[in-house]
Amino acid sequence: MRYLPHTDADRRHMLRAIGVADVDALFRDVPDSARLDKPLDLPRHQGEMEVERAFARMAMKNLSAGCAPFFIGAGVYRHHIPAAVDQLLTRGEFLTSYTPYQPEVSQGTLQYLFEFQTQVAILTGMDVANASMYDGATACAEAAVMACRVTKRRKVILSGSLHPHYRSTTETALQYTDMKTDLLAPDPMGMEDLIGRVDSQTACVIVQNPGFFGGIKDLTPLADACHADGALLVVAVADPVSLGLVAPPGAMGADIVVGEGQSLGVGLGFGGPGLGLFATRDRYVRQMPGRLAGQTADIDGKRGYVLTLSTREQHIRREKATSNICTNSGLCALAFTMHLTLLGETGLTRLAEINHANAVRLEQKLRRIKGARVLQRSYFNEFALYLGDEVDAAVVVDRLADKGVLGGVPAARFYPDYEELVPVLILAATETNSESDMDALVAAIEECL
Amino acid sequence: MPESFPISGTISGNRALQIEEPLIFELGSDGRLGVDLPDPAPVDEDRLAGCRRQGRIGLPDLSEPQVVRHYTRLSQKNYGIDTGFYPLGSCTMKHNPRLSEKMARLPGLADLHPFQPQKTVQGALEVIDSLAGWLKDLTGMPAVAMSPAAGAHGEWCGLMAIRAYHEDHGQGHRRRVLVPESAHGTNPASAAMCGFTVDPIPARDNGRVDVDALKAKLGDDVACIMVTNPNTCGLFEDEIIEIARATHAAGAFFYCDGANFNAIVGRVRVADLGVDTMHINLHKTFSTPHGGGGPGAGPTVLSDKLAPYAPLPFVVHGEGGLRLVEHVAEAGGAKPFGRMKGYHGQFGVFVRALAYIMSMGSDGLRQASTDAVLNANYLLARLSDVLTPSFDGPCMHECLFDDRFLKDTGVTTLDFAKAMIDEGYHPMTMYFPLVVHGALLMEPTETESKETLDAFVEVVRGLAFKARSGAAADDFKSAPRYTPRRRLDETLAARTPVLRWKPGANATAQAAE
Repeated sequence: MRYLPHTDADRRHMLRAIGVADVDALFRDVPDSARLDKPLDLPRHQGEMEVERAFARMAMKNLSAGCAPFFIGAGVYRHHIPAAVDQLLTRGEFLTSYTPYQPEVSQGTLQYLFEFQTQVAILTGMDVANASMYDGATACAEAAVMACRVTKRRKVILSGSLHPHYRSTTETALQYTDMKTDLLAPDPMGMEDLIGRVDSQTACVIVQNPGFFGGIKDLTPLADACHADGALLVVAVADPVSLGLVAPPGAMGADIVVGEGQSLGVGLGFGGPGLGLFATRDRYVRQMPGRLAGQTADIDGKRGYVLTLSTREQHIRREKATSNICTNSGLCALAFTMHLTLLGETGLTRLAEINHANAVRLEQKLRRIKGARVLQRSYFNEFALYLGDEVDAAVVVDRLADKGVLGGVPAARFYPDYEELVPVLILAATETNSESDMDALVAAIEECL
Repeated sequence: MPESFPISGTISGNRALQIEEPLIFELGSDGRLGVDLPDPAPVDEDRLAGCRRQGRIGLPDLSEPQVVRHYTRLSQKNYGIDTGFYPLGSCTMKHNPRLSEKMARLPGLADLHPFQPQKTVQGALEVIDSLAGWLKDLTGMPAVAMSPAAGAHGEWCGLMAIRAYHEDHGQGHRRRVLVPESAHGTNPASAAMCGFTVDPIPARDNGRVDVDALKAKLGDDVACIMVTNPNTCGLFEDEIIEIARATHAAGAFFYCDGANFNAIVGRVRVADLGVDTMHINLHKTFSTPHGGGGPGAGPTVLSDKLAPYAPLPFVVHGEGGLRLVEHVAEAGGAKPFGRMKGYHGQFGVFVRALAYIMSMGSDGLRQASTDAVLNANYLLARLSDVLTPSFDGPCMHECLFDDRFLKDTGVTTLDFAKAMIDEGYHPMTMYFPLVVHGALLMEPTETESKETLDAFVEVVRGLAFKARSGAAADDFKSAPRYTPRRRLDETLAARTPVLRWKPGANATAQAAE
């Protein structure tokens, strides 16, 4: 077996050195009733060719995004990833290293995490960011818990503009604690009144900007209202490419920014793994969950990096830790930071402009469809399209797929209980969409209505 | 022409292949590009609701060759499994097959969106379903929740299912969780997230759970016990069946921390031990890369009693193919406790784990756990006369030593570990588990050859003799010497946190301010 170096002679020699007759003796503590004497009746080992064939068969059963006019977003975005990202990502020193607990042999990981933290802080307009969390949804739940810890309050208001998975992940995280969620109805029109709900019991309000249904808001008045009542404003960002063009949450008064980093460097990957972005103000650093890389010096006075402020974390604080998280999404954070480094100021700004221009172009083309309208005036690269009375967006999406078009997500997939969302289709446009893709989508929708 | 140069050392500060590398923020120059993008189409009127960003973002501009060199140089400052032996106990640093990477990059698996119509992703659902099938077969358990993103996330999953079960059966008052003192810190932290209180169980002198103490603590307010098996000392809990029996008799559940499942795959099914739920670290047992600290995945197996509470989403076999259940209403009467993360789990990790499992097969998986245990016992046998093993008898996949062998030498476990770095090895896990003094926990894994182990043994023996010679403490204290950076000041980092670069920061002295 190609991953196992021992020969039978090696094994015999080692057993002799240990002083046992056979390897079963090493398992003597396993109760007899639980011992398996032979391999389970399951398929045996296979060579690379056989495994590749099996995966090729499974891959062929899927319609991959690159093979279709593709307009799906809803929290996971298809952006072009420069070739250098994946080539560098597979370097074994990155891929096969562990958490950088021994900093002298982990300066590569620690420095890129420090650079990543800086990029996320800059991009979100915040003071400081952690080394990443599992994904945007778990980062959002962690932000709710942190806000309760900071304010010593128990009520978390979840906006109807927030990604439904972020909402349900946060609700799940709080359900067996003394923290409570105040869940607003989904808000496809961007009309909800959050300011009116903030009170002296509120730990935080969590909104998404641009919202799940596309709309962009100046959150400054909401931030002011939160702060007037002693609450925090948490802002989620689903596509960090938007921050190339849209004012960052930090500039609008956010106290915590969470987000999904997948759209830079990581690719679609059927939704996982991604990476949770988490940024906040300096004054809350010690209340922050998750791993942090920090700068220091070595005994020769040279600049270097270590994991730091670990007294917040579970391996020291156990049940009193800020979170049970014991990892970050290191390799995805590396992909993110490499993609963003390649883009730089100039590239990210241009990429964001292209995304916005493509979304505007798509909206213009969709106007041809009788009865259809984009629900909100503002958006970045994604919007909610009302397809017309009596139209079931899920049926349309299903028929589009039959034509080889991956044309958005029906809003009802997330909110099956909201009748008014049945005709709503969520569509995203990125730099990967050509003019002909857009024409194909519009034509296909017309045929499917 | 008078120019200054150092008498010793190099002019650049570099040492051959060890090249100093600035931060990206110190490399950028406005107007460079690392990605060529077309000009954006003109937009008559933007739709940004007056929220257009004002001024510069503040990111550096670099060209592609600069970027490639930057990350290549950073990679050269890292030690990975590909570099050498990495006996980091409890972390299972084994070879990461490249076939798994190749499969995860097939466009038909990588370039899929989680919200495509389900009929267009039947192959992806088949990957999830096939892996779930293997995990159930290998553990003997009837159900598995695939969405947990990591080991700690899986712990939380199992505990949430337990809490949901108790709430649903009028047992919501069961809030106490019994956790051995040797447990990983995530265990109590995960319990706290479910509103549970943690009650520690002491260990016996032989490194196992004190079963009498555990029984004395059981009661009708106990929700579950959390026991790692094989445990964090690398030992199999020999009274596990009695522990499970007593726990069940008290109306509580048995959460098994499956971090060390790699020691017993194919040789023991945890269902036969009386386990009700256990997470499986795919990044340990099934060889998906650790990636410098994630991403991993922590699918969590569940007994029949707990299965109805498994979180959303999950895959079921339906008419016309596989179906992803995303809402309670579609769950066929099940009572999912909620949703743990976005989308459908760590799919890219699933592909890698399944490729590994299919490569190994039932025979290879059993041989892997056997060789892992063999290798650990070989290290234990060959080092026992110079180091101080903490417990008698054979170990499982890792061997634990404490620092008695360093008594009165002036050398600590930390110093010993740092000296190993200079010898070209990644150190073992230090100071964990907490139940022995100055722990050195070594996990060789099955993918290391006898030659590698023999060479390592010679080095460790040499270092032990050197430490005990009594004259080498200063030498140990000043290790490592040959790394890109020597010992780093962690106190300074925590006392004056510098967690990001800022414009105008001095490249050399910022931390010392």
